[in-house]
Amino acid sequence: MYDFDYHRPASLTEAATLLARDDNKPLAGGMSLIPSLKLRLNRYAALVDLGALQEIKGIRREGAVLVIGAMTPHAVVAASDEVRKTLPALADLAEGIGDPLVRNRGTLGGSMANADPAADYPAAVVGLGATVITNQRSIAGDDFFKGVFETALQAGEIIQEVRFSLPQKAAYAKYRQTASRFAIVGVFVAQTAGGVRVAVTGAAPSVFRFSAAEAALGKRFDAAALEGITLNADHLNADIHASAEYRAHCVVEMTRRAVLAAL
Amino acid sequence: MPAVSMTVNGKSVTGNVEGRTLLVQFLREHLQLTGTHVGCDTSQCGCCTVHLNGNGVKSCTVLALACEGASVTTIEGLAVSGTEGDKLHPMQEAFREHHGLQCGYCTPGMIMSAVDMVNRKGFDLDEKTVRKQLEGNICRCTGYHNIVLAVQAGARAMKNA
Repeated sequence: MYDFDYHRPASLTEAATLLARDDNKPLAGGMSLIPSLKLRLNRYAALVDLGALQEIKGIRREGAVLVIGAMTPHAVVAASDEVRKTLPALADLAEGIGDPLVRNRGTLGGSMANADPAADYPAAVVGLGATVITNQRSIAGDDFFKGVFETALQAGEIIQEVRFSLPQKAAYAKYRQTASRFAIVGVFVAQTAGGVRVAVTGAAPSVFRFSAAEAALGKRFDAAALEGITLNADHLNADIHASAEYRAHCVVEMTRRAVLAAL
Repeated sequence: MPAVSMTVNGKSVTGNVEGRTLLVQFLREHLQLTGTHVGCDTSQCGCCTVHLNGNGVKSCTVLALACEGASVTTIEGLAVSGTEGDKLHPMQEAFREHHGLQCGYCTPGMIMSAVDMVNRKGFDLDEKTVRKQLEGNICRCTGYHNIVLAVQAGARAMKNA
């Protein structure tokens, strides 16, 4: 690891000031950032640790919206009675990230800002049509993820919280890579007031909505509605774990399993 | 170099570290607490597991400076000192009794992770739960059989401790 200066601001304002320099980098749980620094994939003048910012930690419900602070660890989301009761699909998703020790440290905001193509949370953010609140603005979940490790965030912009509108039904199904527990394919299905949403992670450079499945499930929300639905393998990821064609198959299968779990 | 202060195994400690100094380096190289091991150094194997403010974490993937003011427990902090010598923690005793190890390299992390598991999941752990909750700890010798038995027995013993 190259050395860097370390800052631990006590307020969001102070953090934003430090992050206005584009060679400074925010540090959330560090579960992806620190390994990438060890590999010297990145080099920063300073890390700005958001760990002391209590104002962006925690879980609360505001009517039909579940609000989760960006610095809330996965383990806290997974174990939260509020999440278990109102949005169990999200608790299950959080419980399936990495391993228990990673879940104690890794955070919702860190996972989103990192935008790993195989991360789990992006599927929930897009699948539930969540709203991302930063210190500068509000961003629709659909507009947040832009590509491989790319998001809509600008320099100095910090995710504060994510607002999840509670769906009628929802579930997440993941075909996981057994060693890393990242998604080879993960599908979040939600039946919401605005229609059915199906978001896919792991299969492509960035999370995407599976529109053919959304249309079919919008007419009839059961697994049989997916018969004959396929996904074109062009532009899907291919690696030693799964070919693009296999991922395309898995997307449909994980969609089916998520629907069965949601019912 | 910036200074860092924290409580390790109940004692206040301070040290001067670099921004990039990892918690595990601080523990091993500054405090000479070498019971916490570095296995993979890539956040996978869990040999370096310690408790940070009561939660199990991989200390190879935590910056020392991020632990300012925190309370850290390492494998050295589990046993209880007494007038007749140290008494092993029930989880350590269970690993000894069930021989939940071969080379022993992963054992400190296994035990710290197992105690964290009991704190989160309770004293009555079925085999499936133990195996699932040990996903962050890798043992390359045993095939896990005796480790699972040890964790279950240690959890029961912690209930009665």
